[in-house]
Amino acid sequence: MADIDQAAWRQDFPIDWPQDHYVARRDFTRFLVLASLPFALVQLGIGIVNWFRRNRGRPPAKAIAPLAEIPIGGVLSFTYPDAHDPCLLLRLDDKTLRAFSQKCTHLGCAVTPNADKSCLYCPCHKGYFAVENGRPLAGPPRRPLPRITLENRDGVVYAIAVEVNAS
Amino acid sequence: MNRSLTREQTTTIVQGILCLVLFIVLLQVWLLSATTHAWLGGDDSVLWPAAAASAACALVNFALLRCLNRLAV
Repeated sequence: MADIDQAAWRQDFPIDWPQDHYVARRDFTRFLVLASLPFALVQLGIGIVNWFRRNRGRPPAKAIAPLAEIPIGGVLSFTYPDAHDPCLLLRLDDKTLRAFSQKCTHLGCAVTPNADKSCLYCPCHKGYFAVENGRPLAGPPRRPLPRITLENRDGVVYAIAVEVNAS
Repeated sequence: MNRSLTREQTTTIVQGILCLVLFIVLLQVWLLSATTHAWLGGDDSVLWPAAAASAACALVNFALLRCLNRLAV
């Protein structure tokens, strides 16, 4: 383009656009390569965290309540394995007990049994889980609720393990 | 190494490297997303293969960066 078409300040401060684009591409590529490293490190970090979790061993058994104190169709909340892990114990019939983590597998809201206790309901995004196995039935959750393994020891219900099932 | 390359040829090579690096980074993003999803769902069998694949992607990216730095500006 002829200099006469340019504004006066452009003539005073010319920019070599081809050179500018040329350098920008290189810098962007360098930035992407630098971004590539944290992705790999995070992947490795997940593996290491998982390794530590696996070697942590099973959490100790925890008494929840005497079986006689849990009515049929009743629901009891407790925490397991830590005080920050809320769980729900449901007595479906005389002999069937189920316990699940109360954290919805979508975004961690607290699930509650619906009115007829046929499923567990997450009010945040309308997620539904089966009370029999914690499987997601409807809504955004795609993974089942972690199930708490229960054991009846001399009439007292104990939580003994957490099962995180793959969907 | 590339004294004989013209400016246009070098630009084309830089663009090619940029496309490859971009593709590999997007692959890493997908890999991280899929791994996290599987891990949170209780499936930890994919963690180490995915970590190895992501590390390999990062190595390829650094090799491409090395090629890029060798090109004359």
